[in-house]
Amino acid sequence: MQQRRRTTAADVALTRLGVVLLPVAALLAAAVVPLGFRSVSDLADGIVWFNAMEALAWAAVWLAGWGPNSTLALIGGYRFLAQGLAYELPHMLAITTAALGAESLRVGEVVDTQAGLWFAVWMPVAFAIYLLSAMAMAFWGPFDQPAGRDVAGGAAAELSGVDRIVFLGGRWLLLTVAAAFSVPLFLGGGNGPLLPPWLWTVLKTVAVLAFLVWIRRKVPTLRMDRYMEVAWVVLTPLAILQALVVALVVLVR
Amino acid sequence: MLSEVAFWGLAALAVAGGVMVFRFDSMARATFALLTSLLCVGGEVLLLGLDYLGIVIVLMMTIEMAIMAVFMIMYMMNPAGLTPMTMMHNKQGATAICAAAFVLLAAGILSTPWPARRGKPPTDATMDLGMSLMGPQMLTMMTLGMALFATIVATVVLATRRGRYDRLGDSLRAPSTDDPIRGGVGR
Repeated sequence: MQQRRRTTAADVALTRLGVVLLPVAALLAAAVVPLGFRSVSDLADGIVWFNAMEALAWAAVWLAGWGPNSTLALIGGYRFLAQGLAYELPHMLAITTAALGAESLRVGEVVDTQAGLWFAVWMPVAFAIYLLSAMAMAFWGPFDQPAGRDVAGGAAAELSGVDRIVFLGGRWLLLTVAAAFSVPLFLGGGNGPLLPPWLWTVLKTVAVLAFLVWIRRKVPTLRMDRYMEVAWVVLTPLAILQALVVALVVLVR
Repeated sequence: MLSEVAFWGLAALAVAGGVMVFRFDSMARATFALLTSLLCVGGEVLLLGLDYLGIVIVLMMTIEMAIMAVFMIMYMMNPAGLTPMTMMHNKQGATAICAAAFVLLAAGILSTPWPARRGKPPTDATMDLGMSLMGPQMLTMMTLGMALFATIVATVVLATRRGRYDRLGDSLRAPSTDDPIRGGVGR
């Protein structure tokens, strides 16, 4: 067990809060993710719940970056807020589109609607945007600048010992939960032939996660100010168009 | 019983968080004390059975406080909030206004003859909320949306590029403003 690194005039309470909040937010978000057809709690507003819990990561990363009173960590924390502002708008529209397709905010009903055709097939734009924001919310792969090597680990720069493993583990957890949530939203949840539903969920989650991990090796780091422009000028209108198409299909259906 | 405990627990935490906003001398702590308070309010709304509104409060307030941290580096004198500061300006006036507002609201709540419940609570409160917002109140909501959006655009336009420190120097004491273009406010 390594000793915690200490910095001058650090706000220890806020740092700890940020460090612990990251995995807690991921776990709370996971409460509405079904394994097969069963989740811890199939809330009536499960999709909004997931969104709210994932937003807690904003607070967590900023706190962990701000707390140690260290320049590079602070830069990392603020980078994540900028990244959050970039990815959140198209992300919200993408998950809203899935809810729109099922005419329900309940994750269970979104899964039931996909017994025939997966949402990923007829809402490909929303699915692609969701995958991008899944990486961005876990500051992973091309979006790893908040914890980037150019700022010596950014928000995690001053974290050591147990803090470090909890924080970086929380980041992994968030990535996994984000990947797992794409399964009920876009990939039919537990629906599938032959195998039991829970196994389908696990297989699909592993496939999405493997894709996200593979992307990390293939795509260079993207600066969040550049992604901001792409997100607001290109992805947001695309997401709105996708929502419009889905709304029309739902109305005609 | 359990919901009563949760109600009073959240209420106490919300008020304590609100008080701590003015007790902390660090911008970041004040921000997150306020967030704690608002999350507890979201919890109270959840307890009332308004799931959607409660979760949306949690979502909006978390993002709002994070954005407040962004504004912190845009406008504050000590962007990182590392030197002690206070959230209080005009202490006596603020205290008087807050106390008066609290007394007024509490008196209103306690003295209103609340009607007894007629009918049953809806099975799907979210659906009813959406129908009432987007049904008869559609025009109001559209106008409100446009007004809010216009406010955001106007704020960004006002906030962009040059501020008072560019015009009046670091201590705001320059004898005349330094403007690239003549005219405008403060001349």
